[in-house]
Amino acid sequence: MTELPNSTERKMGLVIDLDTCVGCHACVISCKGWNTENYGAPLSDQDPYGADPSGTFLNRVHSFEVQPKPCGSEPAPAAQLIHFPKSCLHCEDAPCVTVCPTGASYKRVEDGIVLVNEDNCIGCGLCAWSCPYGARELDLAAGVMKKCTLCVDRIYNDNLPEEDRIPSCVRTCPAGARHFGDLGDPNSDVSKLVAERDGMDLMPEMGTKPVNKYLPPRPKDQMEDQIDILAPLLAPVAEEPGGFMGWLDKALDKLPGQTSGGSN
Amino acid sequence: MHPAPSVILFTTLSGLGFGLLFFLGLGMPDVTGMVSFVFFAIAYALAVGGLLASTFHLGHPERAIKAFSQWKTSWLSREGCCAVAALVVMGLYAIGTVFLDTQWTIFGIIGAVLSLATVFTTSMIYAQLKTIPRWNMPLTPAMFISFSLAGGALLAGQETMATALLIIAGLVQLGYWSYGDKAFAGSGTTMETATGLGDRGAVRAFEPPHTGSNYLLREFVHVVGRKHSQKLRMIGFGLGFALPVLLLLLPIEGLALKHTVAAIAVLSHMAGISCSRWLFFAEAEHVVGLYYGKR
Repeated sequence: MTELPNSTERKMGLVIDLDTCVGCHACVISCKGWNTENYGAPLSDQDPYGADPSGTFLNRVHSFEVQPKPCGSEPAPAAQLIHFPKSCLHCEDAPCVTVCPTGASYKRVEDGIVLVNEDNCIGCGLCAWSCPYGARELDLAAGVMKKCTLCVDRIYNDNLPEEDRIPSCVRTCPAGARHFGDLGDPNSDVSKLVAERDGMDLMPEMGTKPVNKYLPPRPKDQMEDQIDILAPLLAPVAEEPGGFMGWLDKALDKLPGQTSGGSN
Repeated sequence: MHPAPSVILFTTLSGLGFGLLFFLGLGMPDVTGMVSFVFFAIAYALAVGGLLASTFHLGHPERAIKAFSQWKTSWLSREGCCAVAALVVMGLYAIGTVFLDTQWTIFGIIGAVLSLATVFTTSMIYAQLKTIPRWNMPLTPAMFISFSLAGGALLAGQETMATALLIIAGLVQLGYWSYGDKAFAGSGTTMETATGLGDRGAVRAFEPPHTGSNYLLREFVHVVGRKHSQKLRMIGFGLGFALPVLLLLLPIEGLALKHTVAAIAVLSHMAGISCSRWLFFAEAEHVVGLYYGKR
């Protein structure tokens, strides 16, 4: 039955640090690499070398620009670029599970991972419709729904060295922006990280109660005056052009027509 | 949302078919023998044809039987169960009226209720989705049921009732459009809540995760054709409700002419409902589009 468990023994999930992510897409590639060869049907590509390539991915990295508002009389701070990896959030109240007509989608009691039993999937797509995060993609070659498995075939895999028993995306991330652990245990490293950094839910108004958390970017440093002891020595040498350039500047100012730029 | 022809065909045809079965189950029209056979043949062709069409968009239609198992939680599963139950019970009722010249009223009433329940479960597949605010409102089931009843009454030749039900369905349609246009803004989901970055400033999609298209964009971000939506609403409303009501109100003498006009009204209604159903999908905006800065 696709009823959700009332509670799960653990809440395994990811914590993604938006402050640290550099947007390299390495997690996307390692995810595709691991998951196309392991659990379930391969992640197919359509027209991969042609004019209109597309394919199935379980993890994708968006990039957003955030423009802070001007604060008081200060001018608006510079816009900030935030790279934003997005995959299944293994929601506690996962709508994708309950809408499934065949029972192919389920949430595991032991660790809270949301999985698809591909042998039961009829490829109706309703679970993808019900997911606000775009975490599920129907594989066009296999005709079944694909989603993040939290690398269920790595994290309990005794054939792998211990350091590899974490999701492929976490293992790969060169910036250390991805963390894996039990978010149901308040004493776990990931839970402490979430508490310390005010980890947040995506679209909380949807009521999905995501297990995965996002750590917001830290505020930009405010540069105080003269923070650099060398600054006085590095003052601009020539603010007003002199000599020939100064004469040329004044001569050009006198010519009719518009002058663009600053006062110089 | 991508307006898949199979789903538009399914919801339009099976809605009409189950609407007709509803009236046949209640003995409207009160017919037996050959006439009854023709009515049931039309109803089953529409209802079953629609259900078959709906399997065309499945990745694995051969496993469709498994979809009957999860009725406890899934509206799609409930729809399958209801549809089969309605068709079986109405089949028994049809055998009585067509071959035995008897009406097993109890089967008729149960079948009528199940037929309407099937339309309701279909509508709830869409109405349950919080991710698509335009569908996530009580007017969605109201629309599906009122359309089904109006079309069913029209096909069953219940002129007075069809006129009234068409007017009601038309009003529900106008209400659905009016409220639907405000639904996304009213849902409170924005790029700011989607990214959780709203308290820092205005969020803009800077670079998408992929240069090409993908399943999500093809399925959920359908913008082609929305620019004609106002015109299509006029066409859908005119053909689906206004013209059939006018034709029903025309004072016509003679059986042949009456049947011809009724046929035109039915075809016009079906074309209008198909148009409305196309808009139902094409205009529906999924919140996942926000991650792409699109609607």
